[in-house]
Amino acid sequence: MQPEKIKMTAFLDAKKNTMNPNDNLIHLSNGQVLAKENIDGEIATINFGPTHPATHGIFQNILTVDGEKILNSVQTVGYIHRAFEKLAERRPYNQITPITDRLNYCSSPINNLGWHMTVEKLLNAEIPKRVDYMRVIVMELARIADHLICDSIIGVDTGALTSFFYPFSEREKIYELYEEMCGARLTTNIGRIGGFDKDFSPVFHTKLKEFLKTFPPAFEEWNGMLERNRIFMDRTKGAGSISADRALAYGFTGPNLRAAGIDYDVRVMHPYSSYSDFDFIIPVGVNGDTYDRFMVRQEEIRQSLRIIEQAHNNLPEGAFHGDVPEFYLPDKKDVYNNMEALIYHFKIIMGESAVPVGEIYHSVEGGNGELGYYLISDGGRSPYRLQFRRPCFIYYQAYPEMITGSNISDAVITLSSINVIAGELDA
Amino acid sequence: MQKMTNSSLSERLHSLFERRILASEELYDCLVIEVAAPDVFDIIQELKSESQLSFNFLTLIGGVHYPESTGQELCVVYHMHSWKHALRLRIKTYLSAENPRIQSITPLFDCANWMERETYDFFGIQFDNHPNLTRILNMDEMDYFPMLKQHPLEDATREDKDDRFFGR
Repeated sequence: MQPEKIKMTAFLDAKKNTMNPNDNLIHLSNGQVLAKENIDGEIATINFGPTHPATHGIFQNILTVDGEKILNSVQTVGYIHRAFEKLAERRPYNQITPITDRLNYCSSPINNLGWHMTVEKLLNAEIPKRVDYMRVIVMELARIADHLICDSIIGVDTGALTSFFYPFSEREKIYELYEEMCGARLTTNIGRIGGFDKDFSPVFHTKLKEFLKTFPPAFEEWNGMLERNRIFMDRTKGAGSISADRALAYGFTGPNLRAAGIDYDVRVMHPYSSYSDFDFIIPVGVNGDTYDRFMVRQEEIRQSLRIIEQAHNNLPEGAFHGDVPEFYLPDKKDVYNNMEALIYHFKIIMGESAVPVGEIYHSVEGGNGELGYYLISDGGRSPYRLQFRRPCFIYYQAYPEMITGSNISDAVITLSSINVIAGELDA
Repeated sequence: MQKMTNSSLSERLHSLFERRILASEELYDCLVIEVAAPDVFDIIQELKSESQLSFNFLTLIGGVHYPESTGQELCVVYHMHSWKHALRLRIKTYLSAENPRIQSITPLFDCANWMERETYDFFGIQFDNHPNLTRILNMDEMDYFPMLKQHPLEDATREDKDDRFFGR
């Protein structure tokens, strides 16, 4: 039997690196020309991904290497593209929330609540202060969970598997809190347009207090394994660094931009959900390398804890949802006994809610940076157009520039430290 | 320094670009201007380099398809962000479906590269001078642009499913 021919366009692209036997020059597909004398070893093309344990997701990098040194990298993305923007054009607004779960699945609640806030902005809905504070608590928990994964994976990729397992028992507690709120753990579909489906339960309050007490010492213990560890510092300092100018040109946002020294944070520049009520610091790095990205995330975890404590201690009294009858499902007992509630229930379930015509862009600070929603409504039951600003997709294009000239092992930790999440990358 | 608001920004833009701004309006806290496709590159370049405005950050590029508006079927939307004034600006330009061509802004912002590729991939908008205008999320063999409205999400010939009550 003949072996099946596999078409690999990107692989062929990388193969375009050609050598001219007459002038002894090697022409790389990125336009770079190298003299043969400058090559130490042998030029080879290797596949880093799509299903490589070090990519932590499905995306491919075809590296041209000279021995251990990377000369060029060609990226292929789109392996798990699920046409979210097309799907969103056919779904009623409340059914779009589960789609947003699957963008950055390490911090789904931020995506969910960001979408709810976008729709509320379109509706000009007034949201009670209590909802804002509840949202801040949930979003900051999600940020901690997101950063814990990223930083522990930098540990794995530098050879420290212990530091991967340590924080997972703590992250589990965050997932238990999600579970208490919405019954789900990973793809949370948390909250509703207008607020939350239910108030924080007494169990939630107990568990959150317990978490705020036990997490900081556990976190510092784990942090102590890496932060000043000589081996870890030697491996990560200077690896995959990017200057502030280049980071800006490549549209970096979030911890990766802050590691390069620019203090842009959506929570501060365009405060949403009452973030202006809280006292917190935006940590910035200096060199924009893997170590700085790690340190910025670690400090953000501490700051997130501060925000959660402030929000939980000052949680205002009041309703846990706004007055948005067109979108917020009424109480079941009202549906059975009240004509108006029954009508709204029916309209919401059938996706017949009236939506104003409008066009908005709303963004929140996601785990990886500015997560934006550009929504065009023509008054129909589903968006006319919905575009997600996915931070990973935008900054991942800087990756070849960040790793060219470094070793393969540095490429691995650079990839884990910029926290590329395949779901967000491919939409 | 006085922080700009949408109205002062609008005045400033009108005095700077004059007739090159075809229309402008404020939609929910964001100023929207419409410009002709050949002017987009120059306007974004000026917005970026003008030190008083300093729209230093390109947030998003995307496409929208309006099949009903003849001659202006495709829209390219740029979201710019001025961190100095904490202001966003949305720039829109309309292209015809027959010849959707526009200058690439990759020389101004490196991050425009993939965003323009994505817009090409889904809407078929051609960006001139783009270093590598190929499909990015869909497979290379695909022979249509899936975000155009003429392509339904589901197979329209299906009879086993009654979709009248759901979706659009």
